[in-house]
Amino acid sequence: MTVEQIGSEGKDQFPIGMRVLAVDDDPTCLLLLGTLLRRCQYHVTTTSQAKTALKMLRENKNKFDLVISDVHMPDMDGFKLLEHVGLEMDLPVIMLSANGDTKLVMKGITHGACDYLLKPVRIEELQNIWQHVVRRKKKDRCNSGSKEKPHPDSGEAAGIGNVDNNGKLNKKRKDQNEDEDYERDENGHDNEDPSAQKKPRVVWSVELHRKFVAAVNQLGIDKAVPKKILELMNVEKLTRENVASHLQKFRLYLKRISCVANQQANMAAALGTADSAYLRMGSLNGLGNFHTLAGSDQLHNAAFRSFPPSGVLGRLNTPAGLGIRGLPSPGTIQLGHVQNSGNPTNDLSKLQSFVPGNHNTNILQGMPMSLELDRLQHNKSVGHIGELPTTDSTTVFPGSGNLVDARITGFSNNPLLGVTSNSLMLEGSSQQATSHTSVSAIGFQNGNALSDFTSIAPASNQLQDSKAGSQGQASPINCNAGQIIRSAPQEWNAPRKDAPYQSHASINSSIPINSAMIQLGQCLDRNNSIFHKTTDLDSVGPLNFVDPLSIKHGEGDNSIMEPSVIEKEGYLMFQPRPHGSHVPDNIGSLEDLASAMMKQEGGCNGYSLRTSI
Amino acid sequence: MWHGIDMCSLVYSFAFVPCACEHQGIVDDQFTQLRKLEDENSPHFVMEVASLFFEDCEKLINNMAIALEQKQGVDFKQIDECIHQLKGSSSSIGAMRVKNACIAFRSFSDGQNREGCLRCLQQLSHEYSLLKNKLQTLFRLEKQIVAAGGSIPRVH
Repeated sequence: MTVEQIGSEGKDQFPIGMRVLAVDDDPTCLLLLGTLLRRCQYHVTTTSQAKTALKMLRENKNKFDLVISDVHMPDMDGFKLLEHVGLEMDLPVIMLSANGDTKLVMKGITHGACDYLLKPVRIEELQNIWQHVVRRKKKDRCNSGSKEKPHPDSGEAAGIGNVDNNGKLNKKRKDQNEDEDYERDENGHDNEDPSAQKKPRVVWSVELHRKFVAAVNQLGIDKAVPKKILELMNVEKLTRENVASHLQKFRLYLKRISCVANQQANMAAALGTADSAYLRMGSLNGLGNFHTLAGSDQLHNAAFRSFPPSGVLGRLNTPAGLGIRGLPSPGTIQLGHVQNSGNPTNDLSKLQSFVPGNHNTNILQGMPMSLELDRLQHNKSVGHIGELPTTDSTTVFPGSGNLVDARITGFSNNPLLGVTSNSLMLEGSSQQATSHTSVSAIGFQNGNALSDFTSIAPASNQLQDSKAGSQGQASPINCNAGQIIRSAPQEWNAPRKDAPYQSHASINSSIPINSAMIQLGQCLDRNNSIFHKTTDLDSVGPLNFVDPLSIKHGEGDNSIMEPSVIEKEGYLMFQPRPHGSHVPDNIGSLEDLASAMMKQEGGCNGYSLRTSI
Repeated sequence: MWHGIDMCSLVYSFAFVPCACEHQGIVDDQFTQLRKLEDENSPHFVMEVASLFFEDCEKLINNMAIALEQKQGVDFKQIDECIHQLKGSSSSIGAMRVKNACIAFRSFSDGQNREGCLRCLQQLSHEYSLLKNKLQTLFRLEKQIVAAGGSIPRVH
């Protein structure tokens, strides 16, 4: 029975017969769980293997309404399962664990769990879990009409949702929201926050945001007032308040970027040539946060992941951040810039590198990555894009995925941001309902190498985890850096222990690129099945740029990845320079890298790494 | 007649055992919840769960014992995982003392303290035996009641 069907018969019936899939490797717990669930009159299927569970789910997407899974399982980490389910099937997942550590709970949330229960589970708790299903269905309905006000019943659902059986979890969410969720606020996809569903929300779709940015640009950031922006945008049903709050977020985002950029610039100056070894794929996440992929009914918090981009972007901007050996002096490499001032003929300079802006405004240059990680779906779209023309105009990559293009586009025109028109932008149809390709338009550019870059529109936007845009640990890297500009395969040497990243056909082998394996895991943590947080940096070795976003696909979801797809796990294969590398051996995540970097420079004032990632 | 008395005493004992167990902290409220789940449709639920738990527990204890015996080095990570699992299952069944023993155990395993772990393991084993003993008594009584034609008093 689906909610819709049941809805017509009356809500009373619904929880009865709800189809639950329970996964737990411990037989005792599984038996108990199954029994309790049956006692609640749900229709229960149990399995002790996560892999089996996934298989069952994949066989028939409509077979289950809800998944409950243990966190610690031998064959697959519960969080990974959570990501898979979230990305592929968009089902609510409840985590279960004997360990109630705040960190774990947080991790569950950031991965998109809609609840986190502690063992031993009580029947009272299980009696309420059906609300997650209802909530999600309502949200989906909301989302399909992107600019519409949410379904009028959503208030009702929220009401139900407010009766949270797990007060602790709810509170955590609230705290999290209060602390960090400034960018996610208006996000209609935020299905984790019952208390915020008091009023209809506006979904800031790509289109909408694009208009917004265009309006702001037109007015000038200083003069942009909500009223005027609203007028320029000319969108029905959008209120001044909506615009005002969006503007506020936008400004905050910009501030962050500039703060970090400053820091980075200073750091760069201090460090000289790129020293630290990371390439950060900063994502225009901040931007990305502003809109979701329009039309995708599967967007959860995709765009609103509030990864403070600043942290990442900032990093990108510094040569230090680039850590690419052979990089010419800071600031010379710009994403998307065809002509890189001072771009050496050195092969190494042909990196996928981010623009180490010399100034704030460069941050967004060529930051095509608005990597909107969208929920991974079996999206076969987005063939990869061919070579990027080295033109001066914004290069747009057509993609079938939802490219977070709006933002990029917007930014490219944004005088404030100083985005050059050279930015590579990936634009894909963002309107596809089911597409989730998030193309990470990472404009890797390298001076003349631009033309050599093959931009790969990721067929699967595994990157963006559309759920739970929790800020806490979300890595800011909105790396849909699906665009992996692959350099010469022969150069790719990054020894990866465990990443069978895919070599995509679109790899253009003409450019050797320093490999920088950056674990974007952290940032893509949430629900991002592709991105895994790993603690291994296969960082020793020749500086070959493998593939910034080569993704280590955890569990073999390769089917999702089109040949041209980029990254699965947001790995930037990164090999630290043999000397003077600041990269700690075990960089577990982007966050760690960021911390490391921050340590170097003593941190950014008021800039919290934590929240930015 | 004696049959009736016998039944009475059986039933009395049957009721007594869990009470005593709870009183002694061997089991907690979760166990009672489990018992509440038993009904005509699943009359042996507690027994089933308990059996699974016994198997599980014994296996884990064994694994930990083996791990702690390793001369070349104890794999504390494995021990940690065992503890975690045991904690989960013991709390699910309501085996409070076993669960607490796990919690204590964890701190020693976190500290990679082999001696401490060995002691904890012993304690854990002890608690487990105690629990198993009591529960088996309970189940035996149950069987006897049923065999004597009586019906199991359910928990409400």
